[in-house]
Formats: sequence, structure tokens, C-alpha cells
Amino acid sequence: MKIILKNGLIKGEKNADILIIDEKINKIGPANSIIDTDAEVIDITGLIVLPGLVDLHTHLREPGREDAETIATASAAGAKGGFTAVHAMANTLPVADTAGVVEQVWNLGKQVGLLDVYPIGAVTVGLQGEQLAELSAMADSKARVRIFSDDGKCVSDPILMRRALEYVKSFDGVIAQHAQDPNLTKNAQMNESELSGKLGLVGWPAVAEEAIVARDVLLAEHVNSKLHICHASTAGTVEIIRWAKEKNVKVTAEVTPHHLFLDEEKVSGYDAKFKVNPPLRKIKDIEELRKALAQGTIDVVATDHAPHPREDKEGEWDNAAFGMTGLETALSVVATAMVETNLMTWKDVARVMSEKPAEIGQLADHGRPIKENEIANLCVVDPNISWKVNAEETESLSTNNPFNEITLKSKVVHTIFRGKFSMKNGQVQK
Amino acid sequence: MNKHLISAADLTTEDAILVLDTARELAQISDRPMKKLPTLRGRTVVNLFFEDSTRTRISFEAAAKRLSADVINFSAKGSSVSKGESLKDTAQTLHAMGADAVVIRHASSGAPELLATKNWIDAVVINAGDGTHEHPTQALLDCYTIRKHLKNNDGNLAGLKIAIVGDILHSRVARSNAILLKTLGATPIMVAPPTLLPVGIENWPGEFSYNLEDVLSEIDGIIMLRVQQERMNAAYFPTAREYSRNYGLTSNRLAKMKPTALVMHPGPMNRGMEITAEVADSKNSVIVEQVANGVIVRMAVMYLLLGGSGEMGENK
Repeated sequence: MKIILKNGLIKGEKNADILIIDEKINKIGPANSIIDTDAEVIDITGLIVLPGLVDLHTHLREPGREDAETIATASAAGAKGGFTAVHAMANTLPVADTAGVVEQVWNLGKQVGLLDVYPIGAVTVGLQGEQLAELSAMADSKARVRIFSDDGKCVSDPILMRRALEYVKSFDGVIAQHAQDPNLTKNAQMNESELSGKLGLVGWPAVAEEAIVARDVLLAEHVNSKLHICHASTAGTVEIIRWAKEKNVKVTAEVTPHHLFLDEEKVSGYDAKFKVNPPLRKIKDIEELRKALAQGTIDVVATDHAPHPREDKEGEWDNAAFGMTGLETALSVVATAMVETNLMTWKDVARVMSEKPAEIGQLADHGRPIKENEIANLCVVDPNISWKVNAEETESLSTNNPFNEITLKSKVVHTIFRGKFSMKNGQVQK
Repeated sequence: MNKHLISAADLTTEDAILVLDTARELAQISDRPMKKLPTLRGRTVVNLFFEDSTRTRISFEAAAKRLSADVINFSAKGSSVSKGESLKDTAQTLHAMGADAVVIRHASSGAPELLATKNWIDAVVINAGDGTHEHPTQALLDCYTIRKHLKNNDGNLAGLKIAIVGDILHSRVARSNAILLKTLGATPIMVAPPTLLPVGIENWPGEFSYNLEDVLSEIDGIIMLRVQQERMNAAYFPTAREYSRNYGLTSNRLAKMKPTALVMHPGPMNRGMEITAEVADSKNSVIVEQVANGVIVRMAVMYLLLGGSGEMGENK
């Protein structure tokens, strides 16, 4: 199979033709230079070619909540959004805390074949925060797990966190922490602020995140291990990570598209599609997160794609589920928040949405340079489209996308996964 | 006026005065031997109570019945709601039954707003207390009571200072009163230990204080809030005795207030905790009268929101 991507802008910088043969990029030549009559030629003049996007934080819900999402539907949503790899969070039913479950997720991802699904293993058995899961067995499994997380729950016990950080050093693993002090956030519903007081919703204070981030960067420094901070949401977290990086602590951090774009005011109508953990914060936090992402203090954008069935999102706020979908809108949100505002270039987008996440996940075939002989994992973005999100039009089984009705700039138009279109002209190639 | 009454902030100054004036007119009718008005004949008011509150429910029920409305009481306990029926399904059921107004009490902040905004039902929604959010008719009855005693039952509440004392953090009564007192020109003063004041209190309407003694001499009225036993267990304050010593309204403290100052409490009281029996039964106390005023004010709200006609048809 041969594909020619004709006259695209590689990472928004250089016009070129890309010839893909089978799994690999066979040749890159000057614009309009490559001619091959056997190839499928796609003219992408004016469009941008990026390495296929890599998500470090995806809830695929399978096994256990196939009413919300399956590996097949999440893969389709990912392909639609330009992703060629996603990391499957461990909070499934059963929890991904054994080699058996992570291999099952890995195999299901292979069967679907629209992108690579890399399981994240649980840190503790059943996410209970009491006993370490068999981390080494997961690392040695076919799924080759390198990232471990109790996401949704914080590894709040400091001694357990210390042991986890130490233990994964033997196979160069990383602990991805959902930073949330459980005692400071009992029954918490939204960012703690004047608005939470007004709305009568229990507050989730920034300090509950920052206290854990501070503790964990100190622990990571002390045991010289790798820490990843999931969904950083506050200006204070940014400050602590900046400080830790200056001290060469092995810490990386992610921010979600929604925390780069939506602020706590959205909660005002009690519409639970804006209910998420960590909660939407203030404009000031958004500004600091954007700056930190541009400067590299925050390394990557991760979606925290969290599908929920309709009934879990349309009732009373405090009974509704936490989480938002985001695979299909992530690139457009980042483009609107970061590129349109001149905070980042397309090259930076490639860094934060593909290269860095692949590096943290230790993926060999993703986030690679767009060069000859590399595996052809690519996406093509139209930077000139403005589109209004319709949450009902989705590949996901769930419709809880908070960007519904919001107009975004740029859109992924093609995704190429291992040399084949997984999405072409907006159509997922199922 | 807005179609619904969800928050005290839904009321402009003119709206709030209209409600109080309407209540004043209705009060005269309540003094007659025949208390009933035909105003809402044929209209259906549903009392949708997801949370037990006998006092509030019978107050709304009495108000609706005095306006000749048909009243349906829907209590979550023992109903399909306790079997997991969603707010949406309950709302659509009430819609199908032709409810004209839904009086909703719910443990979740925001439930009345969802009912009013989600197109599940087209009835008028009246918030009878939602979680720790708001309880606007309580604020209206408090302001009615204050106006009656201190402003000759007329106009606004300009120049008055009213302290609200106790668990401000969890109090829907405090939120609604802070807003409505401000709307009517009065100055609310929130008084509580710092643990029971919400983050951002400095930006609330009016003033706040950690010290009850400091505000006693300047206030024209005081609203004492019930302090739940469970707050003590969650370390909001060390012991009930310490709370009571610092924030309880005693005869001693009452003596430091203006002779005309009103003592109010939304009920039910913890006598001996936030208020002593002597103060609750003192000549300054209007706590029992608040209950009567509650019925009148709720009549006024239903009258205005359901577009009452008839004897008082000039008020639209």
C-alpha cells in the first residue's frame, strides 16, 4: 500500500511531499516532487502534518463499563481526533492491577487496530491504596506496562507512594499521580472559591492538589525516581513543578484541554457536563497553565477522556459523575488555546501532544521525527477551519463533551496509523 | 418578575417589595374568619420534597390551600424516588400530571435550577431549600417580619443592620438572606467562627465578623442559625459548649442589643445551644410570628408567579 501526502506543511514549517509505503515513511521530498502512479495521492496543500498524537491519560472503560465506552469506540474517537496511541487508565472493572487484565486490554486494542492501546497499570491492588499491585508482572507482560497510576484516586499514603516510586526503578517505570488529598476534598464538588460558596457546593481547594504535588516531588527527589503529575490544574502546582525541575527532580506533568480552556464559571448553571476531577479552576490558573505548557514546565497535554452515560450526567450536580470526553476535540482545543493565541507553534503542538508523551510512555513507534524509515504514525490538521462542536456527533459512546456548542479553530482531517488511514476526511476507517 | 423563584437574586428591589406588599395585603385576608381566596382555583401545586421538612412543607401547603389551589404532596421517602428514579423522570411525571407549580426541596444544591432550566417540565418552580445553596422564601419571610416591625410594613429596609449568626458555610438561609437584605437596602452581617464562613466571604454582600460581641450594639435584628451536631464531629469547632459560649444568644447578650432589636430563628431551634430559652421566649423574639409570616409570604409568591387573579387582580 502506497500513500502520497502531497504538499503538506511538516509541523507547520516546511512544505514537502511524503511517500508512505506499507508501515513506513519511505521518502520525503520537496513539494510536488514525488510521483508514483500506484499511490493514493492526497493533496494536503495548506494543511499541517504532525506526528500521530499520543494520549497519556484515557479512560476506555472496557472492561466493565461498556455502556459508557469500549476499546473499539474509544479507538475510533481517538483516530477521529488524530491519535495513534492512547494510554488506557487502570480504573476499569476489574481494575487493571494484574498482568492478565493489562494483557486483555492490550489484546483488545490490537484487535480493533485503529491505534495502539498501551495499558497503564494500577499502583495498588484494586486502587485501594493499601497494597502494591504486582507492578513487575505488569511490566514484564506482553503489554509492557511502564506507567502506573491509581488515577481517580490519589496514592495518598506517603509511605506507599515512596515504595511505589522506589519499586518501579528496577524496570524504569514511572508513577503517575492523581494529586488529591482525600481528607481535604471529602465530598468535594467544584473548585473552592467565592463561587462554590455562592452555589452551595462543597469546595475542592487548590491546596489539596498542591500539597500532594509538593510532597511527591520531594519523595521523587529523595528516592531518585520518576514521577508524573496527572492533570495539573492550578497555578500553585505549576510553581511547584517549576521549582522541582530547577532542582532536576525527575518530574513530568500533564494538563488537560479542558483545564486550558474552561473556567469554574461554567459550573454556575449546575450542568454536570462541567463536573470534572480535578475541577475547573479560575482564569488565572488557566493563564498560568498555558504559559507553563508553552515554556515546557508542563510537558504534555493529556485528554483525561472520561466517558459517562447520559443518565450519570443529567441529574443533580452532587450525584453526577466526574469527567469529560475529549479525544475528538483535544487538538482543536490546544490549537485554539495555544496556537491561535501565539503562545505556541505547530512544532510545539507536536512536542506536547506527541513527542513528549511518547517519551514519557517509552513508546518506540510514536512521537518520532517525520523522517524516512520511521513508522508512519501521522495526523493532518487543517488550521483554517472554524467549527462548532456538537457533542452528539461523536465516535464515542458517550456525549459528555464540555465543548459542545463552542467554536474551535483547526481540525484533524486525516490520521495515518502504521501506514494506513485510520481516519480519512473526517471518516474513521473502521 | 422571573418565571421561577430559585434564588433570592432572581428578585429585583421592585420585585421584592412587590412580594412584601402583596403579602401585606394577603395578611389582612388571613385575619378574616374566612381565610380562603379563590385565586388559584383549578391550579395544581405540587410539593416535591426530596428531603424531610414538615415545617416548610405544611407552610407551602397552607399557603396554596388558602389560595384554593389543589395541592399534591410528593415525598421522596417510600416513593419511586427512593427506588432510584431520577429527578428527570419525576419531573416528567409531574409534567404529565399537569402541575402548574412545583415547590421543590432537595438535598442537592442546584436541583431546583435544573428543574427550571432543563425543559423537563413547564411549571413554575419555587425553591423551598436546596442543599447548602438557597432558601429564598425563608429570606422573604424574614424580611417581611423585619419590615413589619421596623419599617412600618412599608417600603425597603434601608439603614438596617441584621446579623446572621452560626453555620453560614452550610446555610441556605444565610445565602438567601444576605442577597435579599442587600437588595432591600439593609446591611447583612455574617457572624461565625472562621471555620463556618465560606471561602470568599469578604466579597459577600454586607459585612462579616468572627466576634458576636462586637456587633451586638449596632444591629437592628439578629437571625440565629441552627448548628448541626454533625458539624462538631467534623472539627468545625472544638465543643458545643465552646461554640455556645462564643456564639450563643443569651440574655446577657440580648441586653447589649438595642431595645427594639428583633430576635429571629428559621427553626427548628436548639435551645441552649445557639439560643437560650429565655431569649427565644423574650419580648424581642418574633420566632413564632415568623411561622405565620411564612404562610403569607408563600401565598404572595404563588399568587404572583402563578398570575393570580380575582380579588387582588390589580397585582400582576
